[in-house]
Amino acid sequence: MATTVHEPPKIDSDRLPDDGHTGNGGWKNLVPAGGGPRLATDYSPPPSSTAIWVVLFAISMMFAAFTSALVVRKGSSLDWRSFTLPSILYLNTLILLASSVTLEIARHRVAAFMNGLKTRSEHPARWLYVTLGLGLLFVAGQYLAWKQLSAQGLYLATNPSSSFFYVLTAAHALHILGGLCGLLYVIRKLNNSTLRRNTLVATARYWHFMDALWVYLLVLLWMKL
Amino acid sequence: MSVHAAHHAPTSFIRKHVFSLDHKVIGKQYYALALVAAMVGMFLSWLMRIHLAWTNAAIPGLQLLSANGAPGGVMTPEYYLQLMTMHGTIMVFFVLTTAPFAAFGNFFLPIQVGAEDMPFPRFNMMSFWVTFTAFIVLMASFFVSDGPTLGGWTQYAPLNAVGPLAGPGQGMGVILWMASIAIFCVGQLLGSLNFITTTLDLRVKGMSLMRLPLSAWAWFITSCMGLTAFAVLMPACILAILDHVAGTSFFVPSNLVISGQLLPHSGGSTLLWQHLFWFFGHPEVYIAIVPGIGIVSHILLANMRRPMLSQRVLIYCMGALAVLSYMVYGHHMFVSGMNPYSSLAFSFPTLAITIPATITVLIWTFSLYGSKLRINAASLFALGFISMFVSGGVSGFFLAQPSIDIMLHATYFVVGHFHLVMAVAAMFGIFAGTYFWFPKMAGRMMNETLGKAHFWLSFVGAYCIFMPFHYLGMAGNVRRYSTFVDDYLQPLIPVHRFITVAALLTGCAQLIFLYNLIHSRFWGKPAPDNPWEATSLEWSTATPPPFDNFGGKHPIVYHDPYQYGVQSSVGDYVMQASPEQVKTEHDEK
Repeated sequence: MATTVHEPPKIDSDRLPDDGHTGNGGWKNLVPAGGGPRLATDYSPPPSSTAIWVVLFAISMMFAAFTSALVVRKGSSLDWRSFTLPSILYLNTLILLASSVTLEIARHRVAAFMNGLKTRSEHPARWLYVTLGLGLLFVAGQYLAWKQLSAQGLYLATNPSSSFFYVLTAAHALHILGGLCGLLYVIRKLNNSTLRRNTLVATARYWHFMDALWVYLLVLLWMKL
Repeated sequence: MSVHAAHHAPTSFIRKHVFSLDHKVIGKQYYALALVAAMVGMFLSWLMRIHLAWTNAAIPGLQLLSANGAPGGVMTPEYYLQLMTMHGTIMVFFVLTTAPFAAFGNFFLPIQVGAEDMPFPRFNMMSFWVTFTAFIVLMASFFVSDGPTLGGWTQYAPLNAVGPLAGPGQGMGVILWMASIAIFCVGQLLGSLNFITTTLDLRVKGMSLMRLPLSAWAWFITSCMGLTAFAVLMPACILAILDHVAGTSFFVPSNLVISGQLLPHSGGSTLLWQHLFWFFGHPEVYIAIVPGIGIVSHILLANMRRPMLSQRVLIYCMGALAVLSYMVYGHHMFVSGMNPYSSLAFSFPTLAITIPATITVLIWTFSLYGSKLRINAASLFALGFISMFVSGGVSGFFLAQPSIDIMLHATYFVVGHFHLVMAVAAMFGIFAGTYFWFPKMAGRMMNETLGKAHFWLSFVGAYCIFMPFHYLGMAGNVRRYSTFVDDYLQPLIPVHRFITVAALLTGCAQLIFLYNLIHSRFWGKPAPDNPWEATSLEWSTATPPPFDNFGGKHPIVYHDPYQYGVQSSVGDYVMQASPEQVKTEHDEK
C-alpha cells in the first residue's frame, strides 16, 4: 500500500467552483456562474424546517401503525364492542382548533414584533400564553373523557375498542404535552429575545399537525368504535 | 452553517468524552457500544454452538451465569432459547444497526458533507445515551430471577404477551426486552432526524446531492428507512407491553390455554404482531446492509483508483432496495397462515428486489474487472463483503418462492441465508470501514499484516460456519431446537461439531482484530492526513479532525467524490475540495 503524506488543499473561501466541471451533476452547480460565493444557508432550508417535517413523518408512521392495528384487530374477531364516544371530546376538539387559531395570531404578532413593526409593550407572547392555556385545557378535557369512560365501566382492558381508545388518545395527549413543552421553549426564547423565526414556525407546524391528527383520530374513533 | 456557534470545544472530561455533543465522539461511543455488544453476542453464540455439538457436556462456569438455566454447567433447552434470543437481539439491534450506521455515520457524515457537526447535537447525544440505556435494559434481563426472554429476536405473539406461564423469561424478561427495543427505537429516530437534516441542510458549498460520497448516500437512505421502520416497531412494542402488563388483548387470541391454565385474553390477532414486526423487520435487514454497500463502494473506489462503472445507478439501486424493502416483508410470513394470495403478492417484490441487488453486484464486479486493486485489509474485507452478499443473496432466490419456502422455512437453510447476507456481510462492512477509517478516527494506522491475517481467517471461517447451514437446512434440520435427538437428525451431529469448531476458531480470530484495534489506538504508527490517497472531504482535514472538523474553514467542493485515475499535482487523484483544474475523462456529461 502506497502511503503518501500530502498537504491538504488550500481552501480559498473567495474562490468559486469551476463552472465547467460539474461531473455527475445532479443539481450541477449550486453556485451559479458569475454568482458570488454563498454559504450553505443560501440554498439549504434551515435544519429546523426540515427537521419538523421529519418529525411529523415519524409521528404519522406511528399513528399509521396504530390505525392498521385497529383495523386488523377489529376485523379479526367477534369480541369488538362498540360504544359512544364521550361527548366532551367534541368540546375538546373545538378547544384544540381554537388553539391553532390563537397560535397563528401569535405567530403573526411575533413576526411583526421581530420585524420591528410592534414594540415589546404589546406583549407578543400574550397569544402564545393563550395557546398554552388552551392546550392544557385540551389535555384536561381528555382526562375528563377518560374519567367519563371509566365511569361507564370501560377500562383499558375491558374491550379492544376501549383499549384502542385509551391508547390512541393517550399517545396523542403525550404528543400534545410535547407541543406544550415546545411552546414553553418558544415563550422563554421570546422573553430572552433569542427566538429564531424558524423555531416558531416549526413549533406552529407541529401544533397544527397535532390539531389535524386529532381530527383524524376523532373521525377514526367515531367510525370504528 | 455554524452549528458549533451553539457549543464550543468542551474542556471537562465529562463533556469531552462522556456527555459529548461532538458527533465524532458520539460516533466513537456508538462504535465502542457495538464492539462490546458484538463480544457479548459472539460469546453467547459460542455457548450455543458448544451445546448443539455436545449436548450433554457441562460448560465450566456456565452455572455461575444462570444456576437454573445451566445446572452443573449443562444448558437446559429453555436456557438455550434464552441465549439464542439475546444473541439475535444484541447482534441485530446493537451491532448491525449501531456500528455501520450510527457509529461510522455519526463520525463521517458531517465531515463528508463539509459540516461542522450535526444540526441538533443535543439530540445526537441523547440518541447515543438512549441507545446505551436500551442496551443496559436488555442486559438487565440476564439478572432477573428467571432470566431473559426465550421468544427469539422476533418475539412472536402470543408468546410475547402471555407472561411467565409460557416459560422462563416470559415474565420480566419479555417486559425488559420490549422496553429495551422501544427505547432503542427512540434513539434511532433521534439519530435518523440528525442524519437526514445533516444531509439535506448542512452540505457545504458545491456539495450537490450527486457529489455526496456513496457512503453518505447510504447513511442518508438508511436514516430514511430507520425513520419509517422504527416508528412502526415502537407502537408494536407498546401494544405488546400492554397485553403483557395491563391485560389488553391486541395480540393474544381467545381460549388460549398455557400450562393447563385458560388465559383471560380474548380475540387478539397473533398475525397482527407479525405484520407490525416484519414491516420493521425486513427494512431492518437493509438498515444493516445498505450502509455496508455504501462503505464498501467508498473503500473499493479508493483502492481501485478509478471511478465506479456508474455511481448514479448504484445510488438508485440503494434507493430501490430501501423502497422495495417495505413491500417484501410478507415473505417472512409465507407459512404463518396468511392468505396464500398474499404470499404470491409478497413473492413478486421479493424476487424483484434481487434486481437492484444484482445490479449493485454487477457494478462492483465490472468496476473491479481490470482494475489494479490495492490489496490491503480494508479492500480485502470489502471484497469479502461482496462475496458474502452474493453467497447469502443467492439462497434468497430459493426462499423468495413460497412453494420452496414451505420446505425450507424455519430450517438452518434460513439461518445460513440471513447470517451470510446480513450478519457476516455487514460485519465485513464494519471491519472494512474500521481498517479504512481508523487512521482518521484515531490518528494512528492499524497493523496491515494483522489485518490481512484477520481477514483470511474470518473469510474462511465464516464460510466454514455458514455454508454447511444450507446443507443442514436441506436435510431438514429445524432451527431453534436445542438438541437433535430424532433419528434423522442424529447423523447431522458431526456437521454441527464441524461448525462449532469453526465458530470457536473464527471467534478466536476476532481477538487478532481486537488486539490490533487496541494496540494501534495507543501504539500504532501516526497516521498522515490522507493515507489512502482518497478524495472525499474527510481526507481533506487534519488527522484526527479538529473539534469543528475543518479548523474554522468552510471547504468548497469543486469535484465529484471519486476523481481517481486523473493526472493532478498530488498524484492520480484530485480531492473534492481541491480547486485544481483537472481534465477528467471519467466525468459523466
